[in-house]
This record gives sequence, structure tokens and C-alpha cells, in this order.
Amino acid sequence: MGSILSGAEAASLVRALPGVDAVGLEARAAGLATRSVKADAKAKAIDLAISMIDLTTLEGADTPGKVRSLAAKALRPDGDAPATAAVCVYPSMVAVAAEAVQGSTVKVASVATGFPAGQVPLDVRLADTEAAVRAGADEIDMVISRGAYLSGDLERVFHEIRAVKAASGEARLKVILETGELVTYDDVRRASWLAMYAGADFIKTSTGKVGVNATLPVTLLMMQAVRDYRAATGVQVGVKPAGGIRNTKDAIKYLVCVNEVLGDDWLSNEWFRFGASSLLNDLLMQRQKLKTGHYSGPDYVTVD
Amino acid sequence: MFEYAPAPESVRPPIREHYGLFIDGQFRDAADGAVFKSVNPSTEEALFTVAEAGEADVAAAVAAARRAQETVWGPMSGTERGKYLFRIARLLQERAREFAVAESMDNGKPIKETRDFDVPTAAQHFFYHAGWADKLAYAGLGSDPKPLGVIGQVIPWNFPLLMLAWKIAPALACGNTVVLKPAETTPLTALMFAELCQEADLPPGVVNILPGAGATGAALVDSAVDKVAFTGSTAVGRAIAKSIAGTKKRLTLELGGKAANIVFDDAPIDQAVEGIVNGIFFNQGHVCCAGSRLLVQESVAAEVLERLKARVETLRVGDPLDKNTDIGAINSAEQLGRIRDLTETGTGEGAEVWQPACDLPERGFWFRPTVFTGVQQSMRIAKEEIFGPVLSVLTFRTPDEAIAKANNTPYGLSAGVWTEKGSKILWAAERLRAGVVWANTFNQFDAASPFGGLKESGYGREGGRQGLEAYLDV
Amino acid sequence: MSKKATAGRLRVKKTYKLYVGGKFPRSESGRSYPVSSPDGTELANAALASRKDGRDAVAAARKAQRPWAGQTAYLRGQILYRAAEMLEGRAGQFAEELADATGAEAGAALGTVEAAIDRLVHYAGWTDKYTSVLGGANPVAGPYFNHTTPEPLGVIAVIAPQDDPFLGLIEAVAPAIATGNTVVVLASESKPLPALSFGEVLATSDLPGGVVNVLSGRAAEVAPHLAAHADVNGIDLSGVADAALASDLEAAAAETLKVVRRPGRSGSSLDLLRQWTEYKTVWHPAGMAATAGGGY
Repeated sequence: MGSILSGAEAASLVRALPGVDAVGLEARAAGLATRSVKADAKAKAIDLAISMIDLTTLEGADTPGKVRSLAAKALRPDGDAPATAAVCVYPSMVAVAAEAVQGSTVKVASVATGFPAGQVPLDVRLADTEAAVRAGADEIDMVISRGAYLSGDLERVFHEIRAVKAASGEARLKVILETGELVTYDDVRRASWLAMYAGADFIKTSTGKVGVNATLPVTLLMMQAVRDYRAATGVQVGVKPAGGIRNTKDAIKYLVCVNEVLGDDWLSNEWFRFGASSLLNDLLMQRQKLKTGHYSGPDYVTVD
Repeated sequence: MFEYAPAPESVRPPIREHYGLFIDGQFRDAADGAVFKSVNPSTEEALFTVAEAGEADVAAAVAAARRAQETVWGPMSGTERGKYLFRIARLLQERAREFAVAESMDNGKPIKETRDFDVPTAAQHFFYHAGWADKLAYAGLGSDPKPLGVIGQVIPWNFPLLMLAWKIAPALACGNTVVLKPAETTPLTALMFAELCQEADLPPGVVNILPGAGATGAALVDSAVDKVAFTGSTAVGRAIAKSIAGTKKRLTLELGGKAANIVFDDAPIDQAVEGIVNGIFFNQGHVCCAGSRLLVQESVAAEVLERLKARVETLRVGDPLDKNTDIGAINSAEQLGRIRDLTETGTGEGAEVWQPACDLPERGFWFRPTVFTGVQQSMRIAKEEIFGPVLSVLTFRTPDEAIAKANNTPYGLSAGVWTEKGSKILWAAERLRAGVVWANTFNQFDAASPFGGLKESGYGREGGRQGLEAYLDV
Repeated sequence: MSKKATAGRLRVKKTYKLYVGGKFPRSESGRSYPVSSPDGTELANAALASRKDGRDAVAAARKAQRPWAGQTAYLRGQILYRAAEMLEGRAGQFAEELADATGAEAGAALGTVEAAIDRLVHYAGWTDKYTSVLGGANPVAGPYFNHTTPEPLGVIAVIAPQDDPFLGLIEAVAPAIATGNTVVVLASESKPLPALSFGEVLATSDLPGGVVNVLSGRAAEVAPHLAAHADVNGIDLSGVADAALASDLEAAAAETLKVVRRPGRSGSSLDLLRQWTEYKTVWHPAGMAATAGGGY
């Protein structure tokens, strides 16, 4: 779906967005984080969280073997646990991943556009994207040019997202805002809307490669943005917090936010994802604990 | 939505079957043997019985307090007094969960609030005022401020332990002794506090707790105390002010309110919605400073209301001891009746009522969060304190009109302002006739921050350096 | 008496009127009462204020209050200082009026007037300081900026001391207006003339009309209406000698929860400034960066 706005119009609209009160936002997130999810609700939340994971490996040391191992875990995490939503890899690993998950529900997501800094020429970023799609990526996780954003060139950010969207073809586009580099909540909200105006299918917090990755207040703010964007345009956009979500307790806090801020329409992996790696094993250990009644340990889940 | 399974709080406080009056360090029954029951408002079941203090008991308690003030507490060094208060603060922290659960059971408020707000803030008040006890000469109230003597204190049922802390901590820090009457529907945490005073080895007579109803309070006001401190309704405050006229007794009053929560068109809307919800639905709206009148600029009224209603739909009403409960039980059948009566006048006078579709438990006293739109200044629901989870929504066109409507009440306790524009906040805060103004937030409280009203919301401050004035002869 | 006039010239006597809303009206009731010195010499007729004069004075005070409180503290200080300057220039006249009213000897009366001038200067210097002395920032346990300032209560009714008709009145009025309140003052019943003349000083001191309103009359007649008036925020009973009347006035004031200063209460000037102010505390969140919070 293409945007009908010009870059200038989009930039002007996002600059006019109402402000965010940081303390109030954080208090709301902290309030939602006090929800106590127990028993059946917890079991359901754990399986839902597993099904929403983009199981990720983004290392210079990634090899076909490592990616196959990850894909196998994504397909069958543990016993009757659901498969994850996707595996998320670098473009060079897309073909391996695609082959490994072929015929399953698990998608292949590829970071692209000169991930994680995005500091390469646009034509290289577009070629990166096209290569990933050609190799079989179902989803593209692009980074925005934070430099352009912070220098005030919102139009350039808008046009680049549109260009990557076009290069992604049928693949769903997740736009990584790298909120830890945008720093302020006002800018997170503006960047969220800019990405959505430009055609993002998902807005994603972070690369996982900077000091501050997903936080609950930032993700809550992005949830409010997709909620408001749908109310304004009728277009639904997904949300993906990534980086730093390592245990079940944290994952459930995010699900509570989805539940209470966005509701049913976003409570599936079609519209909400976790970008994570170690989170999966913690969810599996908690899942085992609910089944067996005793605590599990790291030797009872697989190292992949 | 996925439903959260019940998440009941598992700790149970030791609640006795019967409590006496706490006089001179001991529990004892009333001289006339009077007893009443305290009921759990979420189940309507009796929790315990408690002695009801009469005039003779009041006289005995005041005499004990007088003796303790003159012989022990008054002469004691500030350092030592402070150490007792620090000890009380620590004991409250140690037993925080017991107090939180007990408060929730006796009052009906959600465990989330007693656990995260009432009890920790009560402990903070003791900790804060403990530190003042040996520094009163530096409080800017003269080089040698003296205690007033014996203080009679009457507190309400909405924050039983916290109001006790607001009253007792500064009084004791300043060298006074106290006779405190908790509200008749919520004496439990005050009685547990009496036990805690024993545990802290507080000298007998320094703190005396006299459960009872209005007659007990009146007897305390009329007794040989040097000062009366009251938190409660404006009607009772007025009666107390009249009854002490012509005496030498000092008086501070923290009374009712009908606070305006003003949302300008340039507000941070999502946070404003949270502030509106917190402003009126915190503690079931049983809050004297509740933001019960929402004044929203016409240009954003539709958007704010839509978001507000969506948010209110997510509030969870029910078992106060469930950790996910946002709105608990109304404190008493009597209060529930009052809320019902006033809300009926709202529809009768032409306001439009809205409530979320939430289920209510079968037993107990419950009232759905309620939003009235199309409210006019002249309606009773815009003028009278409802003291329940009922919001009246009014609109305004210009900043001047917002201030004029906000101030158009005999009350003057609190107000809220929401705008991203700093200069507008300072402009509004200066003009609002209220003792506390929350800008881009609401219902924040702190031991270091003075709280109290103007006009018919009373006089005197609680908390902060300024709160000490109420308990010192300067 | 002490007024010297050229022999054979008929002296022009002053008509003592009320001072309300910056004007000098007679009582709306048309009544007056004779005022004498302690030795029985008739001095003048003073207007005998009615409850309606009290009502008009409260209305004038209310109208003036918001603008007066909204002036800068510096300007309020300059105006009080201007009143002291005006009084200094007319010290002799006031000393005579005071001597006539109280029977004090001339030197003592002048000393009292000079003390009154010095009190005005003292409070002129307080206007831009008491806020910092009484208020301040509070270190709350959360991400909020929180500060407290003393604010004027609004309209204050003052029943001025009966036997200290000038200095006592200025001691009561000056701290109230220094903090941005406006006042309706009922002058000493038997010795109202210096207070009424003081209205003339205020009228020429750039003090906006209505900030101080001076009535002369009977406390027992007018004070109950001021005590009960819903648009009065505080009442100073320090000049009520009759304990029963004071008790009744306090009870009447309780109806609308006015702040009451009881008879016989003394205090430092800071205590008096505090008497007619109440603290307002303003909270505001302090926070901006997304990376500072969170931690989830």
C-alpha cells in the first residue's frame, strides 16, 4: 500500500503531532507492568509470546550451520510448543534460512539496508533489500537513516522508506526506528508516524546493536501510534520491540500492553513480534515449569 | 483480549476477633461496654468487633496523652523522639504487606493501591517527620518552637493508614501527643498501628487510638485537647470550627473538594487521559482532591472523550485483593447510596451518563466507573462532591473561561492542568484557587510536599516544612 | 485644642467619611455619630457604617483583589513605601488627630505616628521577600519538580484594635495587603478619625482603589455581617475586646470556613504575613529522554 502523501506533507504532519509527557508515559508503562498474569492466562501468554518471536541471529560469525540450527529451533522449539513467527538473519543467510523453514508457517525475515547503521548509499541499501527478497525473504527489517532524521531531513527519511518499500515488493516491511538513537519520546512518536505514512507494515524499535534497545515505555508509545494511525487512516500497522527482552516476565509485560492498549486485533504474530534470541529459552523453561510444577534449568532447553 | 486469571494476594494479616480502645499503651474496652462491627465492603462480612469510645474514654485518653506529653514526650530530646519515629517507619516497612492487605479488606480499595501507595507513603511520612524532630529550630518558625500539647485528630475512611500517618507523624515529631479517632468503617489499620506502637516501645500515652463514630469525634473535639486536626467533610469541618469558636484550641481542617482537571488543546493527550483516569478513579474516587470535574477544551473534547471511554473500558472492577483490580469496592452501603442519589440527579438534570460494560460481584458495595457528558456548571453533579468514581465532563473555549469555571466553586483543594506549553501552565497555576495544582500529572503526594486547601476546603497544610506550622506554637 | 487658626477666621472643619473602592462616600444609611476625645471634647461626626456599607466595601475589595495580587511584588513594595512617604509628610496632622483621639501627649502621639510610618516601610520591604522565605522547592521522591508558594487568601475583614486606633490598624492592614490581599477594616469605634484620615493617605499613594477600605461604625453592628459574608476569606478579630462578641464572630466565620485571627494573638511580622496567606503547591513532571527511563 502506497502513501498518498508527499514527503513535505508527511514531514509537516508529524511535526504537528502532540507532545509526549515522558513521566506520564513511563508511569503508564509501569502501571501496566504491575499486572499479574497467572495460571492459565500465563500458559496462554507464554505460547502466544513464543509464536510472536522473530528468532534472531545477527552476528558476523553466523554460518549456514548456525542458521539451520536456529531454524530448527524456530520450527520446533520444545515438545508441543508453537513455532516462532520467523527467523531473522542477515541477507547472506536468507537462502539457507528459507530452505530450512520451507513449507512451514515460519517466515524468513532479513535485516537489510546496510543494517545496523544504514550508513551506505541508498542504491546499495536498495540492492541489499532486493537481494534479500530474491533469496526468499518474506519480511524486510530496514533501518532508517537516523542521521538524516536528527539533522531534520524528515523528507529524506520518508523517501528512503518509500523506496525500500518499493524494493521489498511483496515482502512485509518492518521499519527500525532505532529509538535509542532518536532519544526523545517526541521523536519516537514522530518517526513512528513518518514510517507509517511512508508505508511501513511494522514499526520496530531497535537493531539490538546500540546501548538502549526496546523499552516498555517506548514500545507503549509506538503501540499508541499504530492505534491512532489506524483510527486516522484505517490502515493497521504492526509493532516489534527488539533487543533486551530476555525473560518471560518482561515478555508478558509487553503482551499486557498489547492487550490493554491495542486489544485483540493486534494479539497475533501477524501484528506483534518480539525481536529476540535468548527470550525463547526462558519462555520454554517457564512453560516446562507450568507443566511439571517445578522449576526447569538451562540444560533442559536446547542451546542452538 | 486475553483474560487474566485471578491473581489473589496470598498474605493474610493477623486480624483479631475483637479490638479494644488503645489508651495509655494498653488495649481496653469502652467504659460503657459499647462495641461495633467493622465490615469488609467487598463481601459485606463482618471482619471483627471493636470497642466504641465514649466521653469517659475520651477523657481517659486525653488525660493519658497529657501526662505523656508533660512527663515523657515533651521533655524528651528531639533526637530521641526522632528515633522512635524512625523505628515506627521501619516497622511499617517491615510489615507493609500485612498492613496493605488489612487496609484492602477493611476499606475495599484495591491491593495494588494499598501495596504501592497507601502503606509506602505512610512509612515515608514517618521517616520524613522523624528527621524533623531534632531540627525544628531550623524550620523557619522561630528559634525555639514549642509543641502545642495534646492533639485531637479525626480522620476519614478513604486512606485510613495514610491519613493516620499524615496526622500522627508531624504531631509527634513536634513533641505533641495524640488522641486519634479513625473512621468508624475503617478502624483496622489504626488498631494494627497501635500494636505497632507497642512493638516500637513507644512510651504509653503518646499515641491513643479511639475507634468510634461521630459522637466519639465530637467528644474528642470538645475534650481538653490543645488542638484539633480534622480531615473529612466540609459539613463536619464547619461544625468543628463552630464548636471551638471562643476557645483557645487551634484548628486545621482538610475538607472536601470539587477539583477541576483542565485539558487544553495542546495537551499530551494520552498522558492527559491517564491523568483523568487517575484523577477520578484512583481509590474509587474516594479522594477529597479527586479531579471530579473534567474541563476540556471544546476543540479536543470529542477526541479526549473517545480515548477516555476506551481507556475506562479496560479498568478492572472487582475483588480488592486481586492484584489486577483497578477499582475496588465502595467503602460502605451508606456511601454507595450517596453516590447513587447524586448520579441520579445527573441524569435528572439532563446530563448524559456513560458506564463501561463491566460485571460487578454479587455481594458487596460496587459502583461502575461513570462518565457524565453534557454537564453544565449549574448541575448538582458539577457542584457537589460525589466522593465516588463519577466524572463530570464540561467544556470550555478559552483559557480565561477554563480558569473562571475551575474557580467557580466554594471549594479550593486541588486542580489539574494539561498542556505542553510551560508558560500556560505557570499562567494557569497562578490563577487557580487551589492549594495543590498538578500540571501534566494528578494525584501525586509526598511527605515533603505540603497538602491542603483554600476556601471551604479548609486551612492548614500537611507535609513538608510548612506542615510543621500546624503542630508548633510559634 | 491644638489646632491653631488665625484670630477671627472661621476654621474649615473636615467631614470624616468612609473610604470605599478608592472613594470617600458617606454611609449609604445617611447616619453619622459624634466622635469625642477622652476628655469629652466633640471632635467631629463620623459616618456610621451600615451592613450595606460593609457589603459595598467587600465588593470593592473583591474587585481589587485579583489585580492587586497580580501586581509585581516590587510594585506592591513601592506603593507601600509611597504610603509611608505620604504619611511622613503629614505626620504632624496625624499626631494631632491621634492625640485628640487618645488623649496622648503630643510627643508620644508623634512617636506612635513615626512607628506606624516605620511599620509601613518594614512591610514595603517584605513584599518581594516573604515568598522566598516561606515557600520553596520540595524534594519529592519522584520525577517531579514541586514548589510551594504562599498566596493571598483574598479579602480580609479587619476589626481594628479599639485602643490603638492608628498603629494597631496599620499593623493589621499592612501585612495583609503586602501579601496581595485586600481588606475591609472597621476602625476603632470610639477613635476612628486617624483611620479615616489614613484613607486619604492611601488614596494619594498609588494604592489602587478597593485594596484598603475603611469603615467607621459599631463593631457589634457591622462585624457580624463581615464575619458571615461568604465572599470574605479571613477575619482579624484582634480588635474585638468583647469576648462573647469575638466568640460569636468566630462561629459566624466558621460557616464559610474563614481563616480567623483571634483576639490577643501577637506575633512577629513574618507570622502576620503568614496569617493571611495559604500555601499553594505546584507539581510538574521532570523528564524528557526516552533513554533515561524504562529499564524494562
